[in-house]
Amino acid sequence: MKNSKEIIKLENISVAFDGETILNDISLKIDENEFITLLGPSGCGKTTTLRIIAGFLEPDKGDVIFDGKKINGVPAYKRQVNTIFQRYALFPHLNVYENIAFGLRLRKEKEDEIQKTVSEMLSLVNLKGFGNRNIASLSGGQQQRVAIARALAVKPRVLLLDEPLGALDLKLRKDMQVELKSIQQKLGITFIYVTHDQEEALSMSDTIVVMDSGKIQQIGTPTDVYNEPANAFVADFIGESNILDGIMHEDFSVEFAGIKFQCVDKGFKKDEPVDVVIRPEDVDVVPPEDGMLKGLVTSVTFKGVHYEIIVDVEGFKWMIQTTEKSEVDDYIGIVVKPEEIHIMKKSQYSGLYGDYSSFSDEFDELSDPTAESEEE
Amino acid sequence: MTKTSRLSKLYIALIFIFLYAPMVVTMVFSFNGSDSTYIISGFSTQWYTKLFHDSITMNALENTVILAVVSAFISTVMGTMAAVGIDSLKKKRIKSTVMAVTNIPMMNPEIVTGISMMLLFVFAGRLLGQRDTLGFGTILIAHISFQLPYVILSVLPKLRQTDRRIYEAAQDLGCPPVQAFFKVVFPQILPGIISGAIMAFTLSLDDFIISYFTNGPSFQTLPIHIFSMTKKRVKPDMYALSTLMFAAIFLLLILMNIVQARSDKKQRKAKEEK
Amino acid sequence: MKQSSFLKKIINAPYMLWSVLFTVAPLIMVIYYAFTNADGAFSLDNIKQIGDYASTFILSMGYGAVATVICLLLAYPFAYFLAHCGVSFKRMSVMLVMLPMWMSFLIRTYSWMTILGDSGVVNNFLFLLGKKEPLPLLNTPGAVILGMVYNFLPYMILPLYTVMDKMDNSLVEAAQDLGSSKLNTLRRVILPLSVPGIASGVTMVFVPSVSTFYITQKLGGGQINLIGDVIEGQFQTAYNYNLGAALSLVLMVLILICLGVLNYFTDSEDNGGVLI
Repeated sequence: MKNSKEIIKLENISVAFDGETILNDISLKIDENEFITLLGPSGCGKTTTLRIIAGFLEPDKGDVIFDGKKINGVPAYKRQVNTIFQRYALFPHLNVYENIAFGLRLRKEKEDEIQKTVSEMLSLVNLKGFGNRNIASLSGGQQQRVAIARALAVKPRVLLLDEPLGALDLKLRKDMQVELKSIQQKLGITFIYVTHDQEEALSMSDTIVVMDSGKIQQIGTPTDVYNEPANAFVADFIGESNILDGIMHEDFSVEFAGIKFQCVDKGFKKDEPVDVVIRPEDVDVVPPEDGMLKGLVTSVTFKGVHYEIIVDVEGFKWMIQTTEKSEVDDYIGIVVKPEEIHIMKKSQYSGLYGDYSSFSDEFDELSDPTAESEEE
Repeated sequence: MTKTSRLSKLYIALIFIFLYAPMVVTMVFSFNGSDSTYIISGFSTQWYTKLFHDSITMNALENTVILAVVSAFISTVMGTMAAVGIDSLKKKRIKSTVMAVTNIPMMNPEIVTGISMMLLFVFAGRLLGQRDTLGFGTILIAHISFQLPYVILSVLPKLRQTDRRIYEAAQDLGCPPVQAFFKVVFPQILPGIISGAIMAFTLSLDDFIISYFTNGPSFQTLPIHIFSMTKKRVKPDMYALSTLMFAAIFLLLILMNIVQARSDKKQRKAKEEK
Repeated sequence: MKQSSFLKKIINAPYMLWSVLFTVAPLIMVIYYAFTNADGAFSLDNIKQIGDYASTFILSMGYGAVATVICLLLAYPFAYFLAHCGVSFKRMSVMLVMLPMWMSFLIRTYSWMTILGDSGVVNNFLFLLGKKEPLPLLNTPGAVILGMVYNFLPYMILPLYTVMDKMDNSLVEAAQDLGSSKLNTLRRVILPLSVPGIASGVTMVFVPSVSTFYITQKLGGGQINLIGDVIEGQFQTAYNYNLGAALSLVLMVLILICLGVLNYFTDSEDNGGVLI
């Protein structure tokens, strides 16, 4: 797994449609056998990036390098990458077998070879015996499997997946996540996966590329991206975060919410303004007299494993996930350990995220970029 | 419920009687023993024999079929290409302009379309110094022109229904663009192309008004021949012709009906499998 | 994107060229002829003469309107009933409605003479009942209207049937569930939902009715002169192309205004799409 031979490199890619910048100077390296996820809200440019790699779109500026060779201008049908499309794009006039055989027939492979590959693919995606079925007679999950089989049949070096699970219901989505990951490990090919679902990205990827407004915000392993978000956008987009304004007085000492805290970060200028991120599960609830900060509970929601409580600390509303039950209007204290405090440099996103003043589950869902919008 | 449904069936039947009365009349009189279209006197098939020996009518029929086949073929090819082109237009303003122009022949009264074409041909003829510009060429152009919108409007919806990504998917799997179009998009829009072609063909067969203004003495179609015949007192041979046409179209429709019923059944079966 | 734009141009070019040459240019010709005289010099004479034909225009519009209304009244219940029939009956009926459209409308119109004439089928039947004098049916305004209704009724039925067949029956049931009477349901649910079909049907009946010339010649016996007859006469007998062009131009503009008004009230997106 861990051989790090580079297979795709994007160098300073920029794209604009009708004067609107879609991608702004993107550079990215993708290794062989890597499961890399482009994660971001709709309109962030992730699908555009994918289409550039697939060859459906030529960048205005920048180079696409495949296996050490520049492939700008090479049309899609000549590239060694294959795509699993949003909503699958299966050929409705062909049956399951012919859909999977499509790419093989174009290569003029022998009939018995084709038959062998197709049946291999069918068993890979657990669709044995479905060869003669009509596409329209398949369920969404089955169509998804056919799409995977069709793309894998031509043995691509790189598989591009454009929100492949977006049209499936939650249960099926979870199962397919596991299945896709195991297929990727079994075949050992590079997966470039596009999604707006942060949970999906965290659980499947080797590397996550967080994108917003046509720019890469952070590249890292799921753990890195979660624990060490590069800026307020990443912190907010991946998981829940309390993001506060702070001042880094000196190494290992930060002041926020009017109090000086010990922390583990260093290397900032003296008295540099910073963003402070504290994950809701890293906050401990204590009796008020023991708390570093004190506040009034304004809302309590039972989430199964834990309670999600919102605490008003002098106007700033914290989200806390805890297994201890509190009641609304309880006065509680909170404690944050130094290693749970993450310091980020100020960015264009500072002040936009991380306060739960207007928090409600419903609101969060409504403003969620998951709404089935497409990019472009 | 049964009472109202019986009443509604009766109403439907009455409308059909109204629509088919003239056709029944022509059928009955086509077997008339005398040459009257008013009084029946005996049964004979003489008008059918006469019809087949009437070289002018037969020639007009031949012309009509040739014109319909050629014009429908050209308009189907060009209309399909146009639909694909229009569908791919990105700029809204250009697209709506093209669609507006496409709609002109459908919205305009046929007589205006006919005379406008005639004026163009006469004008062009005058520029070229020719006296008789009107003939097969002009009527062909006219027929193609008024068929094009029907072809385009029957292909366009099919194109819109077609998932654009299947075209990309084919290329992704190694198909060059043009081949990808024919391999995966074409089968999706084929029903639209076929219905467009059938519409173009039948419109051409039946067109009188536009042909009337754009044809020349050298090329007579059946409707124009019928028109000149109905200027005089019509003999039952015209009715015989009409009866034969009725029979032919009726057969064609039944055939199409069977084909459609069969494909419906297939679809239902596919759904049941699910 | 870049490589496909060339392909796009090749695909679009023939049709665009064709439309300019054979759809736009002919209309320009109509305007050109309308504003010139026989020698090709600019002239407003033709336009001035239009005034003489004002009554013909009004009469044509009147005939067209009456025929359209009758078609609508006949077709609406027909389409409604048909939409509620069984599948195979529906298919057969739609076929039977379409069939006459494919037959020579000249012969079909002509055969009404056999039915309506003084010694025609109807009068012969009346003689049998003991009537002495033939009932004058042919060459009357009624016969012309009948000819229009007969010829263009299918064009009203089909779009109406299409919208009603597609109409979601649960909407009707919902209305009834909310306590709406049958008549009210028709007025408040079915009628508004069938507006696109009505608009398309009205267009397809009104336009050919207003501009017809064959029906008036055969069933009106040449006594009723509508604008179609006048225009046809200018081109085929009087050979005054310029006046004919001017009349056509006015007819076209009048019809466009009517369609514009219709579209304004029905606000349907595209009329052509409802058929098929």
